[in-house]
Amino acid sequence: MDSKKTCDNCGSGDAVVHLTQINNNEMSTYHLCETCAAAKGLETAEQQVNAPLGDFLAQMGDEPDPPEAGHEAEACSFCGLTFADFRETGRLGCPHCYTTFESYLKGLLRRVHGSTQHVGKIYLSPDPTRTELQERLERLRRKLRTAVEHEDFERAAEIRDRIRSIEPAGVNPPANSST
Amino acid sequence: MDELSQIADFGLGWLDASGSFAGIVLSTRVRIARNLQGHAFGPRARVNDREAVLRQIRLTAEKAPTLEGATIAELPELGGRARRILLERRLASRELLGEPNTGPARATAVVLAARDPVSIMVNEEDHLRLQGLASGLQLKEVWHLVDRLDEELGQELPYAYHHEFGFLTSCPTNVGTGVRASVLMHLPGLVLTKEINKVLQGLSQVGLTFRGLYGEGSEVVGNFFQVSNQTTLGRTEEDLVEHLETTVRQVIQFESQARQVLLRDAGQVTEDKIWRALGLLTYARSLSFEELMNLLSGVRLGVGLKLLPNLRVYTLNKLMIFTQAAHLEQAAGRDLPPAESDVHRATYVRRILAREGAVKPNDESEAPEGPPES
Repeated sequence: MDSKKTCDNCGSGDAVVHLTQINNNEMSTYHLCETCAAAKGLETAEQQVNAPLGDFLAQMGDEPDPPEAGHEAEACSFCGLTFADFRETGRLGCPHCYTTFESYLKGLLRRVHGSTQHVGKIYLSPDPTRTELQERLERLRRKLRTAVEHEDFERAAEIRDRIRSIEPAGVNPPANSST
Repeated sequence: MDELSQIADFGLGWLDASGSFAGIVLSTRVRIARNLQGHAFGPRARVNDREAVLRQIRLTAEKAPTLEGATIAELPELGGRARRILLERRLASRELLGEPNTGPARATAVVLAARDPVSIMVNEEDHLRLQGLASGLQLKEVWHLVDRLDEELGQELPYAYHHEFGFLTSCPTNVGTGVRASVLMHLPGLVLTKEINKVLQGLSQVGLTFRGLYGEGSEVVGNFFQVSNQTTLGRTEEDLVEHLETTVRQVIQFESQARQVLLRDAGQVTEDKIWRALGLLTYARSLSFEELMNLLSGVRLGVGLKLLPNLRVYTLNKLMIFTQAAHLEQAAGRDLPPAESDVHRATYVRRILAREGAVKPNDESEAPEGPPES
């Protein structure tokens, strides 16, 4: 086996990335350490495994969506996550990040999911507003119809119970929700 | 060791092969990712965030009917072997277990329901990962179980929710419904007839993806593929589940056709491979887990083709779970270095096959068993 090579760029680190380039029909090979490889925009196999979405996001970076220059340092006021952190890990820091990075996330979500609009279950917080109740009731009624059409009566009964548990509150919002 | 009594038989219900197409579809799993308002997500959560999340879950678990009598096990309090058993039963993820040298983070836990096959991972990448696991193809049934648990928890817990993006998750690939439905399939026919790549490409074209036995990042061993939805936003939960079910039914059909092709065009070779696999399992004195999985794949194909009528799918499922390293150590009552583990694995397989390999066809009367006696 070959002995470990040192980095062609800085001459100190162990080379972990071996890059073969062909320029004007001439092939040249570079051996780079992790730091220098990262500086040149290359990733080691290990990094790719750790941050698959990060890699994906990096590719997305070529498109016009990413925020204007200087945005990398923008941080979430709640958890402190920066945009650069997000690009590196592919993970957001807290619920508030979705608001902080909303404009960028919309583009990303459209590419990943083909949509930005949630159409599934509507969450009814323990302290819901009248609109939330209304939306949820409508959705449950639609589900009830589907269950009945499919003759899934056990499921229908369950959904009916959920509707019943909301309905009175929908007409008269609970007293504590007005505060 | 005592902490093992906490885990007991959790996560083993699917072994009984009672679901539809249980020969080809081992199990159905549906998980829902949820987070609580006011706390950083898993990777950035501080100890007090995680402790607050766990405290809220404990309080809510007391009120949720589905969690009546549930077991809540905090991972740092469990021994290493018990944690690995949770992993081997797919009740905990590698991430929840933490790095081997540091162990699980504080306030990581699993909540195991007593009645239904549902459980929760607490303080993983997301604060809550609800999951249901059942035998065969039972997507709607499992979805309903997990959905009900989610409803019960949602009435008490302040979920992080966005009017446009839906339920918020640490990774944007899970946002919206937070639902990942997956089906563990055994597809030797498609692999042997070399049709598998076409099928897998087809899956990605319809927004589905596949992984190995242990989920994300794991390799495909023994022709077992975990097929799941890729996207979580922009479709209702019911749509996601139904779409997966429709596609999985097609794959089952392709697999059945491929098996018939194998029998027709290469009957002798196929039959020989199957009997050889059974022969090795019956007599080997040392088996690595990977070798075992490959042999079990052959034997499972034989059972599917009705070439081995005396073997039940339940027995094969059991052999998959109880031959994993931590389960073997549990049976032996001590740690086992790899070489010894291989010997224990082969011994266990021989014992079970000697006992259950000669069960009469269609005899379903025997109830599933707990862990092997030590």
